[in-house]
Amino acid sequence: MLVSLKWLQEYVDIEDISPEELAEKITRAGIEVDSVIDRSQGMTNIVVGHVLSKEKHPDADKLSICKVDVGTDVRQIICGAPNVEAGQKVIVALPGAKLPGGIKIKKAKMRGQESNGMICSLQELGIEGRVVPKAFADGIYVLPDDAVPGSDALELIGLRDTVLELDLTPNRSDALSMLGVAYEVGAILSRDVNFPEIKYETSKEKAEDYIKVRVDATKENPLYAAKVIKNVKVAESPLWLQHYLMAAGIRPHNNVVDITNFVLLEYGQPLHAFDYDSLGTGEIVVRLAKEGEKIVTLDDQERTLKSHHLVITNGNEPVAVAGVMGGANSEVTEDTTTVVLEAAYFEGLSVRTTSKDLGLRSDSSVRFEKGVDPNRVLEAQERAAQLLCELAGGEVLEGTVLVDELDKTPARIVISPDEINAKLGMKIPLDDMISILQRLKFDVEAKRGLLVIDVPTRRQDIKIEEDIIEEIARLYGYDEIPLTLPEGKMHIGGLTPYQQKRRIVRNFLEGAGLYQAITYSLTSEEWSQKFALKKEETTKLLMPMSEERSTLRQSLIPHLLEAASYNLARQADSVALYEIGSVFLGKTEEGLPFEEEHVAFVITGKWVDDAWLGDKRNADFFTAKGIVEGLLEKLGLTERITYEKGTMEGLHPGQTANILLDGERVGIIGGLHPSERKEWDLKETYVVELNLHALLRAEAKGVEYDPVPRFPLVTRDVAVEVDRTVPAGELEAIILNSGTKLLKAVKVFDVYEGENIEAGKKSVAFTLTYFDPERTLTDEEVANAHDKVLNALKAAGAAIR
Amino acid sequence: MEQQLKQIEQEAIAEIAACTDLKELNDVRVKYLGKKGSITEVLKGMGKLSPEERPKIGALANTVREKVTQELEQRAKVLEQQQIQEQLEKESVDVTLPGRKVRTGNRHPLTRVVEELEDLFISMGYEVAEGPEVETDYYNFEALNLPKGHPARDMQDTFYITEETLLRTHTSPVQARTMLAKKGKPFRIICPGKVYRRDTDDATHSHQFMQIEGLVVGENIRMSDLKGTLDKLAKRMFGEDREIRLRPSFFPFTEPSVEMDISCFRCGGNGCNVCKHTGWIEILGAGMVHPNVLQMGGYDPKKFSGFAFGIGVERIAMLKYGVEDIRNFYIDDIRFLSQFRRAEG
Ligand SMILES: [Zn+2]
Repeated sequence: MLVSLKWLQEYVDIEDISPEELAEKITRAGIEVDSVIDRSQGMTNIVVGHVLSKEKHPDADKLSICKVDVGTDVRQIICGAPNVEAGQKVIVALPGAKLPGGIKIKKAKMRGQESNGMICSLQELGIEGRVVPKAFADGIYVLPDDAVPGSDALELIGLRDTVLELDLTPNRSDALSMLGVAYEVGAILSRDVNFPEIKYETSKEKAEDYIKVRVDATKENPLYAAKVIKNVKVAESPLWLQHYLMAAGIRPHNNVVDITNFVLLEYGQPLHAFDYDSLGTGEIVVRLAKEGEKIVTLDDQERTLKSHHLVITNGNEPVAVAGVMGGANSEVTEDTTTVVLEAAYFEGLSVRTTSKDLGLRSDSSVRFEKGVDPNRVLEAQERAAQLLCELAGGEVLEGTVLVDELDKTPARIVISPDEINAKLGMKIPLDDMISILQRLKFDVEAKRGLLVIDVPTRRQDIKIEEDIIEEIARLYGYDEIPLTLPEGKMHIGGLTPYQQKRRIVRNFLEGAGLYQAITYSLTSEEWSQKFALKKEETTKLLMPMSEERSTLRQSLIPHLLEAASYNLARQADSVALYEIGSVFLGKTEEGLPFEEEHVAFVITGKWVDDAWLGDKRNADFFTAKGIVEGLLEKLGLTERITYEKGTMEGLHPGQTANILLDGERVGIIGGLHPSERKEWDLKETYVVELNLHALLRAEAKGVEYDPVPRFPLVTRDVAVEVDRTVPAGELEAIILNSGTKLLKAVKVFDVYEGENIEAGKKSVAFTLTYFDPERTLTDEEVANAHDKVLNALKAAGAAIR
Repeated sequence: MEQQLKQIEQEAIAEIAACTDLKELNDVRVKYLGKKGSITEVLKGMGKLSPEERPKIGALANTVREKVTQELEQRAKVLEQQQIQEQLEKESVDVTLPGRKVRTGNRHPLTRVVEELEDLFISMGYEVAEGPEVETDYYNFEALNLPKGHPARDMQDTFYITEETLLRTHTSPVQARTMLAKKGKPFRIICPGKVYRRDTDDATHSHQFMQIEGLVVGENIRMSDLKGTLDKLAKRMFGEDREIRLRPSFFPFTEPSVEMDISCFRCGGNGCNVCKHTGWIEILGAGMVHPNVLQMGGYDPKKFSGFAFGIGVERIAMLKYGVEDIRNFYIDDIRFLSQFRRAEG
């Protein structure tokens, strides 16, 4: 809502207060003032000029040489506008003038001819082109004949004004009108609001003899009022009216349309004027549209209606989409002499739905959607009738043709002052509460310790006690509320075990060298299942903004690879990123996907880089696996985890491992497949994704204390020769299950293929640790235990070296 | 013989002095004091001496042996010192060379802000509640006093999945779910999480972002409690000397509703670019829980009251660290992420 302070001054006295100060007060009381706009924008030296003569420029087709009386002198000005004519009163920017956009006017020569100033269009004075009257949209602005040469043109066109731009929250539709803003400002400043005086003479003819009104849909349209105004002379509106509209961001058309728009802005009540003769039937029928019924609206668009859209008809065909926009077939034109003036209450949801369906929002629909004041519909209509009399020479017929089933009773709210203070944590005296409600022009009475309040219907947002509490508090001042903390029962806060463990995972991974990434949950359909541990039904948006953000992901890896690729393309020599986030799988009974929290990471490039120490190594499969092993150990799951060779599309078939928890796959480690590397523009890259939900929910081993060993450990090495395809993990399992209780640990220390080893075979060497917590082992005991291990290996076909 | 011993002594002392390492020194020791050493040999020949001479020469021989032994020990000490010195020199490093790098990563700045807020509120007795990112229309809107067709639904452009399911537009559905789960008992929660809106990504908009909301429900929860809580939050996140102010606002799920501004941490209120020359920075929205919301959550609004607040995590992080473009949080450029490695007290 754009509020001209010049206009506002007509309803509430604000002359003694600066625009900035007023804006601050309005903002602090609850309506945010987005900007304070000085319409003159610091312009100077802009005067009225009288074009005395116009001649064609000898050397330029499109330029005219004008002699212009600017009050102090007559000067030559070159003008390029097509509509400049001798005899016009125009706006002249004199040399030295500054125009919006940093344009400075100087004496100049244009194609050899001197020009001492510029004849201006409204756009050149900073007025938006879309609100400039059509007649002047492509040329200079022409002032009325009585404008005095040399006088201040800015004053004349209403630019000596400040406009407040209000950012209204959806509840404050009452402030979508000048009177609504006046009430608010009046309440803030404790000042009275002056209403326009409505007075006009009516003709002897009766409106009901000209028009009949029937409403077939009183739920959507509980009040419809028609007035008839004869002998209207359609013309340009007076300048003040046009400039008020332009200040409010509305383009002037003609006096009839301008008056309805003016009253819309003044009262917040949309009105519509029909050309009586075009209606042709002397009848107005309000009904729901027929499915597929068509109407051409005022913007010359053909609209196809649905059966829940409300239309105004002449009994035969639609003449307006109710509350949204009039029809071209009944538009007021230059030839109109009799006008039917509509004022109605259209139900908000109906207008909102229609406007949404048609993709058509108007100043009218916006106000109906939010609910207009039931008690101001008829008053606004009277105001418009008065102005049609005064400004368009109209003759208002007696009476209003009315269908009225609208409930106009104000809301009554009863509340105790103690409760108000209790809810606020304040001690506002009763008198102050009453005075605030009176400033708001609410009807208030203190009865038996209670406040009985009748809320004017213009404030549709005030319905419950809490609304009254807010009104009192905001005008008393939120600065007066003290600072306290909730009292009562002690609450013990904290993280759940799951949340605590999640933080541990973050700490571990960061300690292991990974940066936390956050990427988007929405991805392309193609990527949504790429690298997914489980591929289940995907969740897609009904109306995505783009294909690449259309589907919820089932793996975190694709976006991490994207981030890795992004970093490498920007000279990073290594990337190590992890992410914790949900993947979205299938559908639960509630109709929502199952959200499973995963953790994933990607590593590529230099991992150890102490070059001057000769210590350099790139990230590889075992870097990734080491991080996984460390993490699972931290989570107390090591004993329940196994690794097996796995496969996944997009991963290197020789570098992929499934991670199993109690035999169930909970994750994957893998090197990126060479062809994928090419696609992502990556070198050797390793990825991991784990079902974090499963890992953190799994019953984990906590700390299990054993006394620090008092007896020595004994180690023995063993090397075996096996087929190169035999996994080391298998050998380790054989060793661990060989049946000796003394064996405490097995560790691979060498894997070797090549010289001295048969082709197709490999040697794997282990260090075995034997230990008894109760005593020192004898050589014999160790030898016996070690024999068991060797026998088990031999039995499995391994050759001991 | 006396002559011989004197000679031996002189030779030994000279040889000891000429030794340059411990091995040479040991050779000298063996040469003179060993089983076949020259002093030992002399002593063996004592038998041939006359009884008068024997004690005299014996005493002399012992003196010589002691003298040589002493010389050996002294020389050994010197040589050991020398050896350690050499070792020290050999093992010396250029301490100005860089250390072996310990690879570390760090939290994403948004997580950092979330955890900081979590910890603050945990210390005030709050639990951390979480909920699904794909929600039903009911929990995202209706349970929050936003029935279908409510004009305020325009405030949030929603990604729908079906007519009834959607990507949550705020973390408030967690509040609605928590109220039902708490079955009428007082509670304090904060709910951090990802939320989604139909916005085109640019420097200040992101279709995915993070919120952290708080909700306190109990008997006799007052608006002053909200203000006091927000004051703690502002001071913790932006410094102890911050002041707050509340401005009336509107949210369908709270009444009264407020927006909270903090005094500008850059200019202290005098006006600068950060506060757009107002001295104040808008931080969050909050309010007293709307009675309809309490009712739908199973709490009698006559008996219970509550407050709620909602914070945009990106906004806090952008203000706190001076991040200029919201997209930075989702690109995951290491040059961006690694700037948030340092601890902050
Ligand atoms: Zn500032």
